[in-house]
Amino acid sequence: MLRCARDTDTARPGTCNQPLSTYTVSALYAAAPRRVNANKNRVKVEIRMTQLTLFDKIWAQHEILKAENGNSLLWIDRHYIHEGSFQGFDKVEARGEKVARPDLTFGIADHYVPTSHGRVFNDPTLRHMVEQLVDNTKKHGIMLMGMNDPRQGIVHVVGPEQGLTMPGLLIVCGDSHTATHGALGAIAIGIGASEVSHVMLTQTLWQKKPRRMRITVDGKTAPGIGAKDIALSIIAKIGTNGGQGYAIEFAGRAIRALSMEGRLTLCNLAIEAGARTGMVAPDETTFAYVRGKPFAPKGADFDRAVQIWQQLPSDPDAAFDTEVSLDASGIAPVVTWGTSPEDALPIDGAVPDPAQMDDPARAQQMQGALDYMGLNARQKLTDIRIDRVFIGSCTNARIEDLRAAAAVLAGRKAKVPGLVSAGSTMVKHQAEQEGLDKVFTAAGLTWGESGCSMCLGINGDIVPPGERCASTTNRNFRGRQGPGARTHLMSPAMVAAAAVNGHLADVRPLLQERA
Amino acid sequence: MQSFKMQPFTRLDGTAVALRRDNVDTDQVIPARFLKVARAEGLGDALFRDLRFDADGKPRPDFPLNDPARKGASVLIGRKNFGVGSSREAAVYALVDYGIRCVAATSFGDIFAGNAVNNGLVAAIVSEEDIEKLLSAVEQTGKAEVDLEEQTIKSGNYVVPFTIDPARRMRLLNGWDDLDLTKQYKSQIDAFAAKDKAERPWAVPAG
Repeated sequence: MLRCARDTDTARPGTCNQPLSTYTVSALYAAAPRRVNANKNRVKVEIRMTQLTLFDKIWAQHEILKAENGNSLLWIDRHYIHEGSFQGFDKVEARGEKVARPDLTFGIADHYVPTSHGRVFNDPTLRHMVEQLVDNTKKHGIMLMGMNDPRQGIVHVVGPEQGLTMPGLLIVCGDSHTATHGALGAIAIGIGASEVSHVMLTQTLWQKKPRRMRITVDGKTAPGIGAKDIALSIIAKIGTNGGQGYAIEFAGRAIRALSMEGRLTLCNLAIEAGARTGMVAPDETTFAYVRGKPFAPKGADFDRAVQIWQQLPSDPDAAFDTEVSLDASGIAPVVTWGTSPEDALPIDGAVPDPAQMDDPARAQQMQGALDYMGLNARQKLTDIRIDRVFIGSCTNARIEDLRAAAAVLAGRKAKVPGLVSAGSTMVKHQAEQEGLDKVFTAAGLTWGESGCSMCLGINGDIVPPGERCASTTNRNFRGRQGPGARTHLMSPAMVAAAAVNGHLADVRPLLQERA
Repeated sequence: MQSFKMQPFTRLDGTAVALRRDNVDTDQVIPARFLKVARAEGLGDALFRDLRFDADGKPRPDFPLNDPARKGASVLIGRKNFGVGSSREAAVYALVDYGIRCVAATSFGDIFAGNAVNNGLVAAIVSEEDIEKLLSAVEQTGKAEVDLEEQTIKSGNYVVPFTIDPARRMRLLNGWDDLDLTKQYKSQIDAFAAKDKAERPWAVPAG
């Protein structure tokens, strides 16, 4: 284990024998916390001695100051807001103030928008939520990608898609799945309503610096294995509190091999491991993705930005507080059986038996989950029949996800009803250009408009009580998709396989039939 | 518009309730369908809605909060990983509006713990061994004394220590709002913003 100082605040000359970083001196200054800038020579020495992580570099660049209580005041580059941000606006109004930086604040309608054709509201309270966002953004001069805007979609799909999310930025949003944006090599933090109002009023946020964890996934995934399978395998390994207090960097050959869509899925689920944020170092895949996006720098400006972004990846000998590793070749398609994302198992497994638990409290919890889910101990996972499927959410509704599901469904019929809601209106249009919508509707599924939809069911799209849903979403919590709903999480390809079979199923035989 | 000022917290001697569950996520604390409700309307009735009430709205007799002896509870003892999942601050509003001022658990969701301090709710971290003692004691006595200065929770014959981030403890003890602190640094924030704009032109949204 490296003994190098873990951050610039504690670094002391002569305590570290690691090779010098390849940074230029100007980059070193950029990475140094402002409060020690008074003594430039000292900064130069200290930083040169310190090997920094991706997270450290971006954190240092955004640290306005560090207070005596140890918390840092951070500058926020992007604040994404949605209908649920009304609590934040209410607090701003209560103080009689205005949003400080509307130019860095972006409104997107996603949580409450209907997915029905023509966006028909069946409930006036939902319409009110969407209109409230229109009113609030107008009042404060904030750009809105509203319900009928061609750029509309789920905030965690739209941010990257529009080039608002870029490497090196610090991004916040009043939504726990904000970690998604870390896939581009940004620090992205989900915050609560009080913090939303704090950012609205000051464009800053107080944070205690989290510890750094690196999860290295080496090896090569087998055909049919997606980012969702990797993410659920990680959560099953470290638990839903395994990442608490950490910023996670995902690294290794299997991560580098992921497309940007796959990386977004992976970082999206960092919160389900309890982490403050998840990140992937920016590389050529990232730069190619960002290039040409509407809000990204253009031409020579973009090339200059890339040069800066190329310096962001963790230094070779940067020290992490915790290291976890996984072999990608050992990952099978994964489904969840219980009411926590850590209740994940390979599809060829069986429902666990509470009687075999050593801890009686844990056994009782497990029995409670089985009762809620309507499952029997030792039941084969492939024997679990489903009532419906949902393909959507900020986790798995990007174009690559829809292609993966459509590849399984093409020429086949779903045995259960289901809804497909693209991650954004742009993804929806692209899917329609590729004919994917026809594949879904021919299979018997409904092709809806874009929004958060049945992931949390607050727009009216719910799984009815007692029904079982194979879902590409992020949470199998009790009642998440509606009161009494039973959710099994899995990849888009696995949801498609479940739809075709009417029960949880291994997608691989279906793919092999095609090969 | 009503303003919700933070109340300083030092000591609390109140009715306590034990919730022997791991991973009580914020979807369970307050189901998403109540997130439309403005804070001014109060969210106490929505607390643990689907755990407290059945589909017909009848109280579930086996849910601890429904025990008539625990009416008006102000301390909640949980287990592992309380408040994980969604960032919804309404989970904290629901607890506070119901009357809960302290939740003890062996660990908390990070965002929940941040939201808690912003609303004067103490999220006390207790060791695994002590939480079991505390759960049993509270089930018997129905009472708990929380001392934030001493960082202890007492119930019956047990006194267990708890941990909390020192900065959060100070804020809770004094009822400090983060914004008041931040406003003191306005000139530093403005200077940073100006310097940053010059140093990182690429970070400004184009288009």
